[in-house]
Amino acid sequence: MTKVTLEVNGKKVSKEVPDHTLLSVFLRDNLNLTGTHVGCDTSQCGACVVHVNGKSIKSCSTLAADVEGSKVTTIEGLAKDGKLHPMQAAFKKTHGLQCGYCTPGMVMSAVDLLQTKKNPSDQEIREWLEGNICRCTGYQNIVAAVKEAATKM
Amino acid sequence: MASLVGSRVERKEDTRFLQGKGRYTADINIANQTYAVFVRSPHARAKIKSVDTSKALKSSGVVGVLTGKEIAEDKIGGLIAGWAIRSEDGSEMKVPANPPLAKDIANFVGEPIAVVFAETLDEAKEGAEKVKVDYKVLKAVVDPAEAMKSDAIHDGVEKNLCYDWLLGDRKAVDEAFAKADKIIKVDLINNRLVPNAMEPRACVVDYNIASEEITLYTTSQNPHLSRLVMSAFGGVAPENKLRVVAPDVGGGFGSKINVYNEEIVCSWASKKIERPIKWVAERTESFLTDTHGRDHVTHAELAVTNDGKFLGFKNETIANLGAYARVFGTVTPTYLFGPCATGVYVIPAAYSNVKAVYTNTAPVDAYRGAGRPEATYTIERLVEKAAMELGMDKTEIRMKNFPTQFPFKQTLVHTVDSGDYVAGLEKAKQMADYAGFESRRKQSEANGKLRGIGVSSYFEACGIAPSAAVMSLGCGVGLWESAEVRFNPTGQISVFTGAHSHGQSHDTTFAQIAADELGVPMENIDVVHGDTDKGTFGMGTYGSRSLTVGGIAIVNACKKIVAKGKRVAAKMLEVNEDEIEFKDGEFVALKSNKKKTIGEVAFACYLPGQRDEMKSPIPEGDEPGLIESSFFDPANFSFPAGSHICEVEIDPDTGNVKVEKYTAVDDFGRIVNPMIVEGQVHGGIAQGIGQALHENTQYDETGQLMTASYMDYTMPRADNFPEFNLGFTCTHATSNPLGVKGCGEAGAIASPPTVMNAVIDALGGQEISMPATAEKVWKACKSMKKSNAKAA
Repeated sequence: MTKVTLEVNGKKVSKEVPDHTLLSVFLRDNLNLTGTHVGCDTSQCGACVVHVNGKSIKSCSTLAADVEGSKVTTIEGLAKDGKLHPMQAAFKKTHGLQCGYCTPGMVMSAVDLLQTKKNPSDQEIREWLEGNICRCTGYQNIVAAVKEAATKM
Repeated sequence: MASLVGSRVERKEDTRFLQGKGRYTADINIANQTYAVFVRSPHARAKIKSVDTSKALKSSGVVGVLTGKEIAEDKIGGLIAGWAIRSEDGSEMKVPANPPLAKDIANFVGEPIAVVFAETLDEAKEGAEKVKVDYKVLKAVVDPAEAMKSDAIHDGVEKNLCYDWLLGDRKAVDEAFAKADKIIKVDLINNRLVPNAMEPRACVVDYNIASEEITLYTTSQNPHLSRLVMSAFGGVAPENKLRVVAPDVGGGFGSKINVYNEEIVCSWASKKIERPIKWVAERTESFLTDTHGRDHVTHAELAVTNDGKFLGFKNETIANLGAYARVFGTVTPTYLFGPCATGVYVIPAAYSNVKAVYTNTAPVDAYRGAGRPEATYTIERLVEKAAMELGMDKTEIRMKNFPTQFPFKQTLVHTVDSGDYVAGLEKAKQMADYAGFESRRKQSEANGKLRGIGVSSYFEACGIAPSAAVMSLGCGVGLWESAEVRFNPTGQISVFTGAHSHGQSHDTTFAQIAADELGVPMENIDVVHGDTDKGTFGMGTYGSRSLTVGGIAIVNACKKIVAKGKRVAAKMLEVNEDEIEFKDGEFVALKSNKKKTIGEVAFACYLPGQRDEMKSPIPEGDEPGLIESSFFDPANFSFPAGSHICEVEIDPDTGNVKVEKYTAVDDFGRIVNPMIVEGQVHGGIAQGIGQALHENTQYDETGQLMTASYMDYTMPRADNFPEFNLGFTCTHATSNPLGVKGCGEAGAIASPPTVMNAVIDALGGQEISMPATAEKVWKACKSMKKSNAKAA
């Protein structure tokens, strides 16, 4: 067992977990933050993307113990004071989600894109999101959402 | 009040999904739950000689181990085929037993043999590894084309043949072919696909010892049907002791229609071990055991005249059912396929013959479009090839054979109520700048690239319901849909539907419809679905049926609410009922212009009478309350149709196919929410392009699934697509009062032939099979170069 201490969505948390506990499992099972989803177990689909110290990572292939002491932001921590983050609002406005399962990872990944590049082209958005699979939308409205958010962020 | 139907209303469900507040099955935990891990067959075909659970039972944390023996002893029934198909010779289809846990023989890799329950997931996994199964491995039957010549997999199923079905008239077809100037022939493989909803299947079961009630949370597209099947055929519990909840479900695409082994086993076992159970599939388990789609081997022919008139059509198909026949497994390659295989054309004579075979692979069932993508691929490849061989323009040959009168009695089965196929194709040509293609082709050529254009016109039969029709075709049950509209005393409204949303946006579109009918803001309306304890019985969501069947039940229930409201308002306003008009949420007495809002009327329905007032507002013969329900069973299917045009550019040095332009023009009848409809079309097109260019389910010759993770199975990504260009035409459906036709599957139906026609056009007519991967296309480019060199 390992003691893992993190700052998750601005709150300090500390839990004793088996050494091999994945960050996705830590968030979902130990902290009940079930907004982070697991879709493939092999780090292909990106439903599990969260931010560690501000950068997007795949939590299904990261050990919780490996990010000891880090600041973690999950989809639950994105809206502030009851107001949707511009990326969340853009996904709603452009219908960038259908079943909602890939959405948390998609949104977290897209937020990191705009932190990295302010006004990405369509092609740059599509290439950045290569690690996030969506089966519902055909990606078109997701690209539209990122472009919409880029005008607000 | 402005109508909400037709407006781009933002989705109600997004607020929770976007903040991580969705509640999917795997998010549910129950105090004291155990974790289930299934022991699965590693062999495609093997006799199970013995199962030794003794070591597993002693493993740390293991609470119980159950096998096929125990489930058989408890007489728990197996999985079912929902449609009975008769062979051409009149014999009934052959359906083998499909026990929830295999006892004597395993028939595909991944078939569950035993299940281990433990205190933690890790302990359950360890326990499962300690279950010792002694197998006698048998030669597997994998290739559907060879199945009829191979050993019989199931006792009593000769040649592995489930049925040999015929629709149409062979003699008439022979006569038509005798008159033809030219016979166009294609040999096609409709590649097997894995639906791959992003949420893996899961179930959580809670058995209440006191009430003896089982609650099953599950990833289902149709919770009421699940309960019915588990109760009537599984014998797991009586329906009143079984609650099935399908909460937020992360995509289905057909793969979550079936009741699966794991749900039956965990429900039965929870009662046995008296503990809650949680099971969540890993992605590879989903690949191995979710129902797959397509998998046809087809030879088809089209008889034509020299001036491009179609005279006759024949279709000989072998359909792979996989190891077992499941709910829509037997109907998908017959009635959902055969009738649509003549496409949007007047073809005087036609037949479809389908031989459905069992193989040692995962069961094949409905996947987005179910039968209609296979049908459209067949006819649209033929039509495109006919245009090429006759030297005709590919749109001209289509126009020439479109029906122009509606209703259109299609060659096999359907009477299409409405449509305008010419308008759709004309609009698509214009939007795609069809006329400008040759100059773009030249431009690509100048850049050393090959450019092709492909067209596909389709229709489909959806809104799967009409009970009389589907039962005459062999469906086990009628397929209506239900709704209940519950006006609460203080004015909020709960709309219960038997349809289920797993991405389709029912929270929003159904609220739009009800808001228009009742004249109230849609914020006051909650759409409730997915819980057998809440709504009345329902059939669920598949076959583009939610709006065309379920939506209409809501409309009809709302109309009943208004009708009763009129009677109550008339009494309240002391006028006759026929002097009341209902408009924008108000009941108005026409002469006096006195009015009561629908909210006031609802309040009065629940709290009749006031102090010092002796009269009740409830008219004689009416009861208090304001709750109405409706079951809608339409008279016909609905028939969306359209034309899609695609342009691809091929790099002959790499074989890479780039989709340059994709134009879709669809007729879905009236559209409730254009934003949501466009999203459905985008998703469908993407799945179809996935089939055409990327996805393939590959078994090796021993029946091992070679593509069982996202590292091996190519899922389409954002950078595989251009921006799709969508347009709409509109003819109203006549089979329902809203005039809606359904839009969920159209994209996946139309796009595979559109893309393949473009690829084959770029390759100068050289046939190539789906998926047109870079490797295949590169080889085709090389042989094209060779034959060009020879010709020179």
